[in-house]
Amino acid sequence: MSIEATIQSKVAPAILPGSGGPRGALSDLFWRRPKLLLLLMLLPPVLWLGIVYVGSLFALLAQSFFSIDEFSGLINREFTLKTYGDLFQAANLDIILRTVTMAALVTLASAIIAFPIAYYAARYARGRWKALFYLGVMLPLWSSYLVKVYAWKLILAKEGILTWLLGKLNLLWLLDAWLALPVVGGNSLSVSFTGTFIAFVYVWLPFMILPVQAALERVPGNLVEASSDLGASPGQTFRNVLFPLALPGIVAGSIFTFSLTLGDYIIPQIIGTSRLFIGQAVYSQQGTAGNIPLAAAFTVVPIVIMGFYLWGAKRMGAFDAL
Amino acid sequence: MRSDGSPSAPLGLKIAAAFGLLFLHLPILLIFVYAFTTEEKSFVWPPPGLTTQWFAVTWNRPDVWEALSLSIRVAAISTAIALVLGTLCAAAVSRTRFFGRETISLLVILPIALPGIITGIALRSAFALADIPFSFWTIVLGHATFCVVVVYNNAVARFRRTSGSMIEASMDLGADGFQTFRHVVLPNIATALLAGGMLAFALSFDEVIVTTFTAGQQQTVPIWMLEELIRPRQRPVTNVVAMVVVLVTLLPILLAYYLTRDGDQIAGSGK
Repeated sequence: MSIEATIQSKVAPAILPGSGGPRGALSDLFWRRPKLLLLLMLLPPVLWLGIVYVGSLFALLAQSFFSIDEFSGLINREFTLKTYGDLFQAANLDIILRTVTMAALVTLASAIIAFPIAYYAARYARGRWKALFYLGVMLPLWSSYLVKVYAWKLILAKEGILTWLLGKLNLLWLLDAWLALPVVGGNSLSVSFTGTFIAFVYVWLPFMILPVQAALERVPGNLVEASSDLGASPGQTFRNVLFPLALPGIVAGSIFTFSLTLGDYIIPQIIGTSRLFIGQAVYSQQGTAGNIPLAAAFTVVPIVIMGFYLWGAKRMGAFDAL
Repeated sequence: MRSDGSPSAPLGLKIAAAFGLLFLHLPILLIFVYAFTTEEKSFVWPPPGLTTQWFAVTWNRPDVWEALSLSIRVAAISTAIALVLGTLCAAAVSRTRFFGRETISLLVILPIALPGIITGIALRSAFALADIPFSFWTIVLGHATFCVVVVYNNAVARFRRTSGSMIEASMDLGADGFQTFRHVVLPNIATALLAGGMLAFALSFDEVIVTTFTAGQQQTVPIWMLEELIRPRQRPVTNVVAMVVVLVTLLPILLAYYLTRDGDQIAGSGK
């Protein structure tokens, strides 16, 4: 009997002999049944995110349909839409409107400041300069959020660097005039909506630059040259060529600037007035007021707004620019 | 007409871009100056004098060390969990197409796409419903959840660039699945995982919004800073801590950049 025949009689159906030991057996099992391996790989992350994250979200949503007993302060666990009705009280609508306005203004300002940086980095920066621009945006993006807010507290404070600088330039009258304005002004910039606005723009700006740059990278340079060859002024080229092509990137960036502003409660708490934003309302309702249902209903506002926003953004092709 | 491929930028654009970058960096640099100021009570500029005494004062503050220790432990454990979950998820999503693949990518991104306060209050209300007391692990639970996406983004990018034929070759040469993973897959994705891990660490080290909801009485470094910002006790110590935090987060970001600069996208889609 030949050797080949001996082997054949022992392992007839498989082409290769099975690997030895339990480890080999397991490996073979995964090779034969890739779906099993896939399932085992997906199980831990999906269980974690599903239970910890989505589970908590549903727990939160469920509580927005409870209500709070105004006399005892206890939570009444019966289905009701009363808490959502409370959102439409004038004071709460005011908070929502204020937050959405701020988010829109912050988004607009971020887009305006981000565009030249993104455009320069996408079209003109090469080699080391390109790396420098990239790091120049990434470092502030990843720097500590609280340190950045703190830095602006230092800058905007009454005795801070901005007042000093304006004093040197003999422009203090301008600052005083601005602070005297009704809504945007206040005692000093660090306790005004202007201060809140500046801090928001600063902290979220890198989130706008990156997607706009990604969108502009895809615009061929000769398109811009063609436009000017055909007699368009720089302004016309921007309006009719660059801006429409950059728009998906701007929308993609605005998802972050808008969403992050809607939910933030630390910037308006540290640099701002006593008039609340949605995040602060959520925080105080769940904390000092102990009204979890109203806090939960408040969080639904940014979720719904962002839902529509993301839906609109997707239709504009913004997700391709992410 | 210039058509050599490297046109020079209009002056206005150069100035606007330079101002934009300065705007991004000057405020952070300002922190470094304030760490040396002799002024204790206010934010007065320019500093009346310079001193290094606040470094010694900060060094001797036990609350700062406790916060730092908690932050590092939380970040280390969260990063470890995120590395495992993010890599598994990235391997599954990048190798095969299956039903619900889009949903899973969305699930991973959601914790940072929605405002942090929603994640925070959702976790807190879930802990309250389930009667889970606040502890080290409640903080880790929150942090690991939003750190997964950073590891995932880095790993997915690398998996897409790694050719599948190398794995097939390894298997053809007789290696089993585990050997292939150990000797072929892992060396290929190692730097991406390292970069993702470092960014996850930086993200966890810096997180404040979710932490305020899941920490109870414990203080991580950002919670300590937040407390000092709302109720200041010793301003110069805050300045020093802020400067140290900037330096500590700077290093992992730079390293992550050098590990992934040839083609991968670091960072992913935000915090």
